[in-house]
Amino acid sequence: MIRILVTDAPIDVAAELDALERAGGGAVASFTGLVRDDGGVEELFLEHYPLATEKALSDLAAEAAQRWSLAAAAVIHRVGAMKPGERIVFVGTAAAHRAAALEACAFLIDRLKTDAPFWKRETRGQDARWVGERDSDHHAADRWKR
Amino acid sequence: MAAIDLLYFAWVRESIGVGHERATPPVEIADVAGLIDWLAARGGGYAEALGDKTKLRAAVDQLFVPLDASIVGAREIALFPPVTGG
Repeated sequence: MIRILVTDAPIDVAAELDALERAGGGAVASFTGLVRDDGGVEELFLEHYPLATEKALSDLAAEAAQRWSLAAAAVIHRVGAMKPGERIVFVGTAAAHRAAALEACAFLIDRLKTDAPFWKRETRGQDARWVGERDSDHHAADRWKR
Repeated sequence: MAAIDLLYFAWVRESIGVGHERATPPVEIADVAGLIDWLAARGGGYAEALGDKTKLRAAVDQLFVPLDASIVGAREIALFPPVTGG
């Protein structure tokens, strides 16, 4: 089971984990990304490239499912305006054993950051600025190349 | 060349002022970099957004491509800054 969702609604982590636990694996791993305050951020706005986003996430999930023999994978990404503390992204995996579930989960969030067309804009008071790319994200994504 | 749907995202969209337009580049423009130069020559927000190609990434028909990728036969080309999701 592969579940991909790009949504402007809050992410229900409990419901997502529940679905992963019912996928028939013996291990479920997950990652939740939250909006950071980062020196007074009042709003984080997430823009995306509709259809291309869903395709990028589906391709990554399919690659992870095949590479780690997953029973299930879920990638949920929020778009639109968010406040600090809100969930931006959820990645969950279900596999027979913990190593596959944990590795596949790390792969999905690392590669999502460099491969999926999302852009963040932070607003502090009157100042709105687009977030720049980070070299550390590319290094994290590169470690999954083989 | 037939008309192409052009999509812009993030600060590229904001500088240009629209997120979507249709354009018909001259036939001699063969790759994404050539398209960017052609659009930047319009000046104003286009020049501002597209003047420095090192800050730009592209997708042709929703597939990420390097800037030397061909645009021959493309129906949709997106121009945007490096992605920052997750």
